Amino acid sequence: MSLLKISHLRKQFDDLEVLKDISLEVEKGEVLSIIGPSGSGKSTLLRCATGLEKPDGGEIIYQGTFGLVFQNFNLFPHYSVLKNITDAPLKVQKRKKDEVLKEARELLKKMGLADKEKAYPFQLSGGQQQRVSIARALAMNPDILFFDEPTSALDPELTGEILKVIKDLAAEHMTMVIVTHEMNFAKNVSDKVIFMDKGVIAEEGTPEEVFGSDNVRMKEFLGKFAE
Amino acid sequence: MRRVLEAAPSFSVRRSKIMEISIMLDKLIDGMWVSLLIFGTTLIFSLPLGLLISFGRMAKNPAVRTIFKLYISIMRGTPLMLQLMVIYFGPHYILGMQISPTYKNTAAAIGFILNYAAYFAEIYRGGIESMPVGQYEAAKILGYNKIQTFMRIIFPQVVKRILPSVTNETITLVKDTSLAFTIGVMEMFTVSKALVSSQASMLPFLFAGIFYYLFNLIVAFLMERLEKKLNYYR
Repeated sequence: MSLLKISHLRKQFDDLEVLKDISLEVEKGEVLSIIGPSGSGKSTLLRCATGLEKPDGGEIIYQGTFGLVFQNFNLFPHYSVLKNITDAPLKVQKRKKDEVLKEARELLKKMGLADKEKAYPFQLSGGQQQRVSIARALAMNPDILFFDEPTSALDPELTGEILKVIKDLAAEHMTMVIVTHEMNFAKNVSDKVIFMDKGVIAEEGTPEEVFGSDNVRMKEFLGKFAE
Repeated sequence: MRRVLEAAPSFSVRRSKIMEISIMLDKLIDGMWVSLLIFGTTLIFSLPLGLLISFGRMAKNPAVRTIFKLYISIMRGTPLMLQLMVIYFGPHYILGMQISPTYKNTAAAIGFILNYAAYFAEIYRGGIESMPVGQYEAAKILGYNKIQTFMRIIFPQVVKRILPSVTNETITLVKDTSLAFTIGVMEMFTVSKALVSSQASMLPFLFAGIFYYLFNLIVAFLMERLEKKLNYYR
């Protein structure tokens, strides 16, 4: 069953065509990684898919709900860790308080942050903040979770802890779409990889297919990482 | 102008040339309450009104935006003293209405509220526009509606950001209440000015000075406490 179907998506900023006729599908339980050079349109694709940008053409069809983990976390600084996670389930989904609290504490435990529920975001490291923001997204019980370069704002020694969390979620068959620059991670964790270049999907397939492709741009791109 | 002079109080000095200091203090304390009333009324009404005006100033509709921009521009670009005069005398001279002597208190309140709301509107706007777009985006993804996003996520953070500017404006307001003198409201400055004239003594001005200074010390102290209270997050 496909949870998300994007067809013929187009987006331009003034005269610049950022997305040219993008079509893709995300199946339930699938992990899709989107890679590509900066300016290739991968973040714009994610922002269109999540409704943060208005597409200029095409269709986006969802079966279910989605969450998004931002590059810069975007936690609410005036709320404690626990309130960051529970506020939307309580005030938006209007779920029962004891149930939401229980679930939030379980999520925090899973993220290794059980002792941080009373802390405020500024008191946490970048890696911890990103884990809170993943917990915040998961607390809404989304059918798909999007990640917009979740480790790009982190110090290199902190990216591992986030990648491990995502890997654990993949093992639980969480449906995820991940825009990333972590090539090894994309190779290891994904069921499907999309390589974007200049606003189009230049390669798509299994990690083996995409990373082994003869596409010149893909080779160039991977070459830069090898250096 | 004659009306203003008539409205200014004249104290009887027939019986004793020099008024007892205690009587003088009584009159000054009456003035003090009026000053405090102007101050409180202005804050209570101009803070929410300013927020509404800032929404108008940031409206998507260009016509609405221009109207509020013009309003703010006039309120900030002309003297408050002149605005008080226009609000006090306008109904009579422009509209031919009969105004009662107590109208001057209402006129002072209206003038202060309208003027301060314009300044507060710009402070709110600065605070709201300084909010990172990521806060709105996170709220949108989590499904908050526009009102929830503003009330739960944006506004509490705006309050913290604008507090120093609000403190500044509040301290100015304490001193600006003395401008009600121009339309003869019996507040601290009006009373002390009258006493200085009738008693040929600078003492009332000294009292008035001490009053304004202490009042502002308290304002600054309270606002500092509020700032500290909001320092639980960054």
